[in-house]
Amino acid sequence: MASALPSLPAALPDRTVRHRLGAEDLVRWALVALLAAILYLFVLYPLLQVVWRSLLANDGTFVGAANYRRYFGTPAIAQSIGNSLFVSIVSMAITVTLAFVYAYGLTRTRMPGRGVFRLVAMLPLFAPSLVQALAFIYVFGNNGIVTRTTGWNIGIYGAKGIVMAEVFYCFPHALLILVAALSATDARLYDAARTLGASPLRTFLTVTLPGVKFGLVSACFVVFTLVITDFGAPKAIGGKFSVMATEIYNQVSGQQNFTMGATVSVVLLIPAVLAFLVDRVVQRRRYALVTASSRPLAPAPRPAADWGAFAYCALVAGAIAGMYLAIVVYSLVMRWPYNFTPTLRHYRFDTVGGYAPLLNSVYVAALTALVGTVLTFVGAYVIEKCRTAWSGPLYLLAVLPVSIPGMVLGLAYIFTFNVAGSTLNVLYGTLAILIVSNVIHYFTVGFLTATTALRQMDAEFENVSASLGVPFYRTFWRVTVPMALPSIVAISMYFFLNAMVTLSAVVFLVAPGTELAAVAVLLMDDAGDAAQAAAMSVCIVAIGLAVRLGYWALMRGVDRHTQAWREPREAATEAVPR
Amino acid sequence: MTPVSAPAPSRPAAVALLGIAKKFGQFVALRDIDLTVAPGEFVCFLGPSGCGKTTLLRIIAGLERQNAGQVMMAGRDVSGLPPSLRNYGIVFQSYALFPNLTVARNVGYGLETRRRPRAEIDRRVDELLTLVGLSAHKAKYPAQLSGGEQQRIALARALAPSPALLLLDEPLSALDARVRQSLRHEIRALQRRLGVTTIMVTHDQEEALAMADRIVVMNHGVVEQVGTPMEVYTRPRSPFVARFVGQMNFLEATAGDRAGWARLGTVEMRHDATEALVAGTRLTLAIRPEEILVGPAAEGRENRLVTRIRAVQFLGPFTRLSLTLPDGAPALECDVAATAFAALGAAEGSELALALRADALRVFPLAG
Repeated sequence: MASALPSLPAALPDRTVRHRLGAEDLVRWALVALLAAILYLFVLYPLLQVVWRSLLANDGTFVGAANYRRYFGTPAIAQSIGNSLFVSIVSMAITVTLAFVYAYGLTRTRMPGRGVFRLVAMLPLFAPSLVQALAFIYVFGNNGIVTRTTGWNIGIYGAKGIVMAEVFYCFPHALLILVAALSATDARLYDAARTLGASPLRTFLTVTLPGVKFGLVSACFVVFTLVITDFGAPKAIGGKFSVMATEIYNQVSGQQNFTMGATVSVVLLIPAVLAFLVDRVVQRRRYALVTASSRPLAPAPRPAADWGAFAYCALVAGAIAGMYLAIVVYSLVMRWPYNFTPTLRHYRFDTVGGYAPLLNSVYVAALTALVGTVLTFVGAYVIEKCRTAWSGPLYLLAVLPVSIPGMVLGLAYIFTFNVAGSTLNVLYGTLAILIVSNVIHYFTVGFLTATTALRQMDAEFENVSASLGVPFYRTFWRVTVPMALPSIVAISMYFFLNAMVTLSAVVFLVAPGTELAAVAVLLMDDAGDAAQAAAMSVCIVAIGLAVRLGYWALMRGVDRHTQAWREPREAATEAVPR
Repeated sequence: MTPVSAPAPSRPAAVALLGIAKKFGQFVALRDIDLTVAPGEFVCFLGPSGCGKTTLLRIIAGLERQNAGQVMMAGRDVSGLPPSLRNYGIVFQSYALFPNLTVARNVGYGLETRRRPRAEIDRRVDELLTLVGLSAHKAKYPAQLSGGEQQRIALARALAPSPALLLLDEPLSALDARVRQSLRHEIRALQRRLGVTTIMVTHDQEEALAMADRIVVMNHGVVEQVGTPMEVYTRPRSPFVARFVGQMNFLEATAGDRAGWARLGTVEMRHDATEALVAGTRLTLAIRPEEILVGPAAEGRENRLVTRIRAVQFLGPFTRLSLTLPDGAPALECDVAATAFAALGAAEGSELALALRADALRVFPLAG
């Protein structure tokens, strides 16, 4: 219609008509402001403090890049960069290779015992990385059982030991991602390959590998980040082999050189942030392999492959189980490896004041789960469903923590919350700061899990309730939360288990009276009390397993009672810990 | 802008849009939309995807905010009101039923916050479920219902608080053809019975023709035509409307020397268009396939053409003939009742005489 055309686009104002603000909008904006304040105070501001302190001398005068020049100019310290990259890349290559074959066996063969293999492989999730290192020391160390009985000392202290411990520590993380990637496939692709006469090798190279390439990339980055930011394993088994995380610890705890600690922290941030960014760019190109019409792949029996996979998985699972067995036995005998008389005396924990650290850990982990779950879920809701101009920046702040190494976060909190005369000081030395640091340290995975769950919901729910005059928070409570309950439970479990085993984010923040179990393991091991360290490790793993079991029972209850509306084939989604 | 039938002065229009414009970045989604909807009317926004019809519906709902213009409801300016204060019910393409609530809870959802006694809510829910014929499914969850049943629950939920306006966003497009047909009648009957003013967005011209009191045909963010289904079908105001609503043949021609005549190749054609055009101006003649007279019916009529049958397509109740003009000009399509075609005794390749009724010929200026 010609008469309508003359109104030029340029004549249109960029602003849209404003809607009157109601009480609901006040709630909405209050939530946005609260989330922004929390993320600023506990993520951005502390991080900026680290960067700022790296530019100061220890007496507080501005020295520019002098600390960095000293860092790179002191070979003893600078060495830690190369060392960190070396163990991270080697561990990554070994872990992902081992985990890929294991995941292939679990998902693509009919080998017997798949359920047991899957369970055993998850064991390392329940222990601090430090514990894997201790296990290797108990077996291969100077006083290890293998060393003592065979006289063969493989020289475990150093890069070799770090890599071995990290491979065990990261194995379940990589495995979870690869199992998910290998499960999401379409049997019709394999049918097509077969009808076109492709050989098994060709099918593997042209169908299987391309299908899991995003999973492989993800697994690589996750392992790389876990290793380069890990503190526990290199601390326990690294000996004189210094990596960046232990270097920060040495500078801060050993030499009280906070500015050098900050400098190493900023340098350590770079590979972690880079790994995260590259992974996100790669994953953005990901496309859906599985559609509604896909048919799940049911592997056919292939005796040679099945038994080959069985032998391999039995070997790997046996090694993992063996390591844990070593820790359990170590904690229950008089003096490993000389006197195997059973005893419970190592469970008295007299050097760290009994069971207080363990109780602290459970308390902190439970509150981390509670606070973390509420914060990530409400945060994801605010960012996803209350679209404001703030959504973009807040999203970035919410995904940032995953690339902050625990040591860096801990140091950042010292700079932020241990400032004489600051009101922020009230948190310092309390259990609360441990909870906060855990929540932030593990924020991103919980947040992304919640975001995924929210994005799967119909975007019109909020619009429908608005049209019916129902405030959004009511629909949030009556519809959104019940629908997302499986994800919410998974998020809280993720927070709990990680809070139980983390060391790096809390090692700088524990104070007299707020000791945690994982830190106690470190202290007892440092003090030469290896048996008590082992006993404490056993307790940590046992609590983790018990809670996991409780969650499993709870999930079944949750499914039965609140998810009755779901179609039976729809399984509850679980967060992939990373 | 098309003059719309003025609402009775005593009652303000249920919905009045004044100069609505909307842009997303530099893309202008809607420009200068004026429209009034009378109380109790059923209006369809019809157009291809991307024409702005859903955006316009969402602006009325307050889910999208316009860059310019006003939205009036029952004489009240609601442009600045959030969705919750506009008093309408809406059914989305996805239905957006709350999957964790039973059918009864879904329907009662909008009543529960209005602090009404439980018994009253229950009575209203029962009433609506009876209205949509689903009382038996009260205690079920949405996933246990068929698509058509879910659609009716969504409708009942939207109507439960007795809104002044019902908005339907492609409500039938997720359903299979047979269910869609029967729901058309059901929604229309329900709307008549309740007398609720209704605006429905659809891209299905058949749906719009079957259901609407008036159709608003949209394209590229402007209203092309507003009219009753009959008006839009028989007197399309632009080639776009002619093409989008129903089938249409277009023939390139030039204006004749006398008013009311056009020249198609060598043949003079009389038409009923009143607009005077300078002789020789290029124009487009348009006629619907079913309006072409063939065989005996064409004998002795004006505007006769002799064509050749290029292809015959049997479509059940009628047969579609693809015809070429003797000079090889673009093909015409012609629909003939199956029985009439049998009586013609024609086949592919044979000649066919036809007549283009003057009163069925539309004339458009030559344009896309």
